[in-house]
Amino acid sequence: MSGRVPSGRALVIVGPYLWLLLFFLAPLAIVLKIAFSEALIAQPPYAPLFARSSDGALTIQLNFHNFLFLVRDDLYFRAYLNSARIALIATLLCVVLGYPVAYGIAHASPAARNVLLMLVILPFWTSFLLRVYAWIGILKNNGLINNLLMAVGIIDQPLVMMQTDFAVYLGIVYSYLPFMILPLYARLQRLDHTLWEAAADLGCRPHKAFLTVILPLSLPGVVAGSMLVFIPAVGEFVIPALLGGPDTLMIGRVLWDEFFANRDWPVASAVAIAVLILLVAPITVLQFTHGREAER
Amino acid sequence: MVTEDSTMNDPRPRLAAGIRPAPDEPAQPYVRAEGVTRKFGEVAAVDDVTLEIYRGEVFCLLGGSGCGKTTLLRILAGLEPATTGRVLIDGEDVTGTPPFRRPVNMMFQSYALFPHLSVRNNVAFGLRQDGLPSRQINRRVASMLELVKLGPFARRKPHQLSGGQRQRVALARALVKQPKLLLLDEPLGALDRQLREEMQFELINIQQTLGITFVVVTHDQEEAMTLSSRIGVMHAGRIVQTGTPTQIYEYPRSRFVAQFVGSVNLFEGRVEERAPDHVLIASEKAGCTLAVEHVAQVAVGAPVAVAVRPEKLVMAHEPPGHEYNHIPAIVDEVAYRGGLSIYKLRIATGHTLHLTQPNRDRATVQRPAAHDAVFVSWHPASGVVLDS
Repeated sequence: MSGRVPSGRALVIVGPYLWLLLFFLAPLAIVLKIAFSEALIAQPPYAPLFARSSDGALTIQLNFHNFLFLVRDDLYFRAYLNSARIALIATLLCVVLGYPVAYGIAHASPAARNVLLMLVILPFWTSFLLRVYAWIGILKNNGLINNLLMAVGIIDQPLVMMQTDFAVYLGIVYSYLPFMILPLYARLQRLDHTLWEAAADLGCRPHKAFLTVILPLSLPGVVAGSMLVFIPAVGEFVIPALLGGPDTLMIGRVLWDEFFANRDWPVASAVAIAVLILLVAPITVLQFTHGREAER
Repeated sequence: MVTEDSTMNDPRPRLAAGIRPAPDEPAQPYVRAEGVTRKFGEVAAVDDVTLEIYRGEVFCLLGGSGCGKTTLLRILAGLEPATTGRVLIDGEDVTGTPPFRRPVNMMFQSYALFPHLSVRNNVAFGLRQDGLPSRQINRRVASMLELVKLGPFARRKPHQLSGGQRQRVALARALVKQPKLLLLDEPLGALDRQLREEMQFELINIQQTLGITFVVVTHDQEEAMTLSSRIGVMHAGRIVQTGTPTQIYEYPRSRFVAQFVGSVNLFEGRVEERAPDHVLIASEKAGCTLAVEHVAQVAVGAPVAVAVRPEKLVMAHEPPGHEYNHIPAIVDEVAYRGGLSIYKLRIATGHTLHLTQPNRDRATVQRPAAHDAVFVSWHPASGVVLDS
């Protein structure tokens, strides 16, 4: 002990750290523990990791079977890849759709800007689950879109939209678009408009000024928004479960099935840990390299 | 020095001899704005401005905030459309030409450096747009960085530079394309006083080295005087007077110009007598008859104002020999500024005069002090007659 009196600053920091320790790190440790134990038909459905043998010595039984199983059965790897693919495409769609919206809001008049920002945030007033449910009513065979198109006479057969990848993309893009727009807006709004003028003045046509000046400068916003969309989209369970078909393979659903249908907690935990490592590792690297860039 | 008379009569703008290059072809303006108006809603920020700028000169647009000087500059750059009127550069009508096709570059007040690019790439940006071969770009960027003394900083990013260095990057970036016209919006406004004075001379040196025509927007009259070959004084969207710094200062054509550029003592009065070489003006405010030489058209009886600069006033303890332009006064306040002193004098009619006097001798010489009774006078050639 250094014997120093804890300063106010330390006290302020202790709160969040304690919170993270109790509600993030401890549960994670439990999941990690379960991932290394053996499945049992019991309550709880896994074997204890630590045990006392007959001579009283403490033994630790680490079981790598669960992870080996993930590697052997290619279902998990396919589900992971498919999740990453869907999340990536959805993220790109969010960038393409969100960038013009963010740009438009950033350049609107201050009064209009507040209204537009409000509109972006407005969906959060309704539960996420309800909003995804609402899409079923819109997309299903006798739903809003099909009924409308048939009434007008554009189609005679309902378009199959529910339980397709299309519906999953739609759900993810719809749900996560605000998380792309808001950080992008924050970034674009800070950019000095005279940079456009300076580029034009130096002989740059508008589209090139965008590509060489505005886009590079807004990249931190794109990266921040992409993180906020990609990470939750990879592990998304509700959207593929409600809107996707049986063949929409996503890791979140696999995990759910392992946990609740198969009651194989150790494998489910191993899946969770594996996804965490496969997601966290590349993103940490990205954040580290990008964070140094953005420090300026 | 150019004599006052020749600057008055010569229609061609004269530059202080030996300091700046004379304009190439005085009869042929290089840049012309014809009846340029820019309206924002009902308000005309720039109101029917016609302006001629000659090749190789430094032309200053001088005015207070909101007078439309920056808007006029932006119209020349093509960043702001003119509601009506035309802009010609080197004989070519560029009124509808977008900024990226104009042979004009601008140095922005905020500098508008690209924060993600190094100094070198900022300067090279304009040349890259022209698709020049990279060897040529490198050479021109290097020599430009040399000129603005930024060679060692080529790899730095703008945020790693001081304010003065950023200002040089902005200047280099705008100059490297060798535009026909360089527009500078308050180029030295963000610098502290000492650096600003240093940069004023450096800016002139660079301008002369390259021979590029400059249009400078400033609200600082001293800066305008130091930098420019000619000044256009702007007020409420209009150019109220154009001329050399000497013309603007010594022969203001309106009360606005007289008061905006430098300080001035104004005496309202009526023309009493017209002689071939001078007029006499009776002024109640001055409490005496004022004589002014070199006056153009004024009718007898017309209400006018006589403007006299504070440094043109002479102060003495004894009454002067001549008949006109002398007023007895009491010294109210003295502000000692080192090189010169500023006196506030109260005259019999109750008005206050401002007088400045260089402190040529040490304080051993007796200078008027507060409450002293003195006589103020000035030469008839020192006053200017203005419309009342």
